[in-house]
Amino acid sequence: MISTTPAYQPPPSVPKLSLTNVHKAFGSKVVLDGISLDVRPGESVVVIGGSGTGKSVLLKSVLGLITPDSGSILIDGEETVGLRGRKRDKVLRKFGMLFQGAALFDSLPVWENVAFGLIQGEGMARGPARDKAVEKLAQVGLGPEVADLFPAELSGGMQKRVGLARAIADEPDIIFFDEPTTGLDPIMADVINDLIVKCVKELGATALSITHDMASARKIADRVAMLYKGRLIWTGPAAQVFDSGNPYVDQFVHGRASGPITMAVRA
Amino acid sequence: MNSTSPVTAFLDFLALIGRVLLAFFNRVGRLSTFTALALFHCVTPPFYPRTLLRQMVEIGYYSLPVVGLTTLFSGMVLALQSHTGFARFAAEGAVATVVVISMTRELGPVLAGLMVAGRVGASMAAEIGTMRVTEQVDALSTLSTNPFKYLIAPRLLAGALMLPLLVLVGDIIGVFGGYLIGTYKLGFNPSNYIQRTWEFMEAMDVISGLVKASTFGFIIALMGCYNGYTSRGGAQGVGQATRNAVVSASILILVFNYLITELFFAR
Ligand SMILES: Nc1ncnc2c1ncn2[C@@H]1O[C@H](COP(=O)(O)OP(=O)(O)OP(=O)(O)O)[C@@H](O)[C@H]1O
Ligand SMILES: [Mg+2]
Repeated sequence: MISTTPAYQPPPSVPKLSLTNVHKAFGSKVVLDGISLDVRPGESVVVIGGSGTGKSVLLKSVLGLITPDSGSILIDGEETVGLRGRKRDKVLRKFGMLFQGAALFDSLPVWENVAFGLIQGEGMARGPARDKAVEKLAQVGLGPEVADLFPAELSGGMQKRVGLARAIADEPDIIFFDEPTTGLDPIMADVINDLIVKCVKELGATALSITHDMASARKIADRVAMLYKGRLIWTGPAAQVFDSGNPYVDQFVHGRASGPITMAVRA
Repeated sequence: MNSTSPVTAFLDFLALIGRVLLAFFNRVGRLSTFTALALFHCVTPPFYPRTLLRQMVEIGYYSLPVVGLTTLFSGMVLALQSHTGFARFAAEGAVATVVVISMTRELGPVLAGLMVAGRVGASMAAEIGTMRVTEQVDALSTLSTNPFKYLIAPRLLAGALMLPLLVLVGDIIGVFGGYLIGTYKLGFNPSNYIQRTWEFMEAMDVISGLVKASTFGFIIALMGCYNGYTSRGGAQGVGQATRNAVVSASILILVFNYLITELFFAR
């Protein structure tokens, strides 16, 4: 009738990402026990939680790298659990992901890592893709001399930044950051925080990040969710995270050894 | 001694057989699905000519020294052995024929297959296995690249295409080895030896050998990719994958060698 845009545009009220009651267990070990979370377009949500609580598993379930046992995951209002083949590839095109261990391709030089999505996914020629890669590397504080090195020749923090450059290179709709600042010095960590904020604001991207670094969480998050024992026990605006009134969140953000969360450490 | 009655012991034994059989069929089933999926991705775009070319060089060119040396010495020993053997029946004249037939039909493809299984199959399993456990395989799919198309299809194609070429070269070197021993050590007349080689060699000998080679190349790449792709759990898992790739490829090569021989020559 009035609309002439050929592509389907979801109404703004539809969340970019919507998880409902997602469960995942490995054998008898329940990792995700009913996760529900909505992320609006352009919003930046940070998930915090202890080591081994399933934060990485949560991101991988959304990407379909791990199949949840039950529950529903909607992306732009479209169900993605159980998608396969070309349909899955199409959904994955919307995503950029920074892996916790960077996961750089060690058979390719740094610039090809960064330009991988551009060359393989979008069919960009290698020359311009290289220029774009160098530009992205500069954004994460790496000079052009790094472009021809191989990932094994970089320090851990540099690998992380290359991984970040790769995740944002083809300007995805939705970006996942798995511990983007771990292993970086405080100044570089702050540069990366700024970069993430900039990406989200400038690209209008939606971000879902994981971090243990509360300074980073405060800076990049619009909203914070805390994962504990397979559930999101608290979700609220980033400004409230330090006075949430929730004893679990309090203990976590202040890093206290004593409190309701007990670590399984045997002396 | 334990107190179980013979009946329960027998039932336990049956249960064990059942478990082993189930595990076996489970593996066969997984491997079949994997193979079908890999074949599907070999014939559907996008294709990755650069990766294909790299694999072809890796398998074909860099295996030449190993295959050349193996077949050279096999041809030489074959001439020597058949000479001493046939001398008992005063049939030394058959040496050239024996060398060329056994080389093209059996030794060329089988020896090249086993050597390449050790060289290429192992490195494929190690490479893909490492990519799996360091999440590089997951990273591929978040960069709009299907790991089956990018990693596995080029290797399978390269294996099936390059092994016949390797075997062809190996056949020639092996026959040449026999010629060297025949003329310099056993005192055959060179032109006579060459004439006897040509006279009794049939096209089917070479063709069957090349069909074998192509099958073996596919098997080597398939076992390397399958074991690497399904490997789990760090360096140990990769080590296991490598070993399994070589052992299973070697056994399958010998089994298929028999089956193809039966197909071509049994009447
Ligand atoms: N592929 C898998 N197979 C079996 N168990 C797994 C697998 N992946 C993760 N797990 C288990 O799931 C749990 C959560 O793992 P996950 O990597 O999500 O933790 P995390 O919250 O990201 O921790 P960290 O902050 O240390 O990265 C762990 O106990 C882990 O043992
Ligand atoms: Mg993690």
